[in-house]
Amino acid sequence: MEINLLLLFMIAAAVIAVAVKDLLSSVIAVGAVGIGLSMAFLVMKAPDLAIMQLVVEILSLIILIRATIRKDLPFSTSGRWAFNTVSTVIFLAVFLAFAYFSFAGIHKFGSPLMRVSQEYLSQAQARTGIQNVIAAITLNYRAIDTLGEAAALFTAVVGVLTVARKIWRREDAKYESR
Amino acid sequence: MITYFLCLVLFAIGLFCVVRKRNIIKIIIGIGIMEYAINLFFVLVGYRTHGRSPIFARDQMVTNMVDPLPQSVALTAIVISLSVTLMLVAVAIRIYERYGTFDITKINRLKG
Repeated sequence: MEINLLLLFMIAAAVIAVAVKDLLSSVIAVGAVGIGLSMAFLVMKAPDLAIMQLVVEILSLIILIRATIRKDLPFSTSGRWAFNTVSTVIFLAVFLAFAYFSFAGIHKFGSPLMRVSQEYLSQAQARTGIQNVIAAITLNYRAIDTLGEAAALFTAVVGVLTVARKIWRREDAKYESR
Repeated sequence: MITYFLCLVLFAIGLFCVVRKRNIIKIIIGIGIMEYAINLFFVLVGYRTHGRSPIFARDQMVTNMVDPLPQSVALTAIVISLSVTLMLVAVAIRIYERYGTFDITKINRLKG
């Protein structure tokens, strides 16, 4: 199936992104994961998500490249490196094993539970007049979620402006000279 | 079932990156990979075999559409993940200006 091949491609790109030493190569490998995710959304019949993922991927790639302009590559292997890595891998293996057995409790891949969504699908066009059911849910049924999303974006912009403000640096210099 | 498991493997790779790496940019990358895996899991849960995308056309009324509710939720989550990445990168750049390094084990001086 295509989705499994795309997932294997994404896993390979993610392993490269984690393992490679150069930060710029790592960021570009993350871009490959994002493009694979966009194609996976397209295969999974979610075209709106594919477009949104592509735009968000390009923006976050620009932001991450801006952050990796500074060349700083700490690769200290001091401390209990082997012990820490082995314990982390064991923890993740236990996590994956539990997850694999707990997947027996949810419905099979390809046959979704659609209790609420069936209502949306059958009535969205008559009640809202929107052809795209995703837009109907996002903007009509769950518009309060979209309001929360806008609030989160506004908070992020305010946070970034607060953290990266220029005027604080003069105050910092004054404070340190005291 | 194997598709769910591969998605969880992608999540585990991101978690390994967050737990074991010392570079802040690598940690941000790991958080991004975890976000990708969770968004994909939302869409995988709502997929129906041989389904079509939930958009009505004028001349066809097919009822085997995929679940639109997880897609709508994931649409919100993608935009919020962008703002999370923006915030983390701003803090990382500020830390670099303060301490001159991205290594989290060297950021241990209390200042201010």
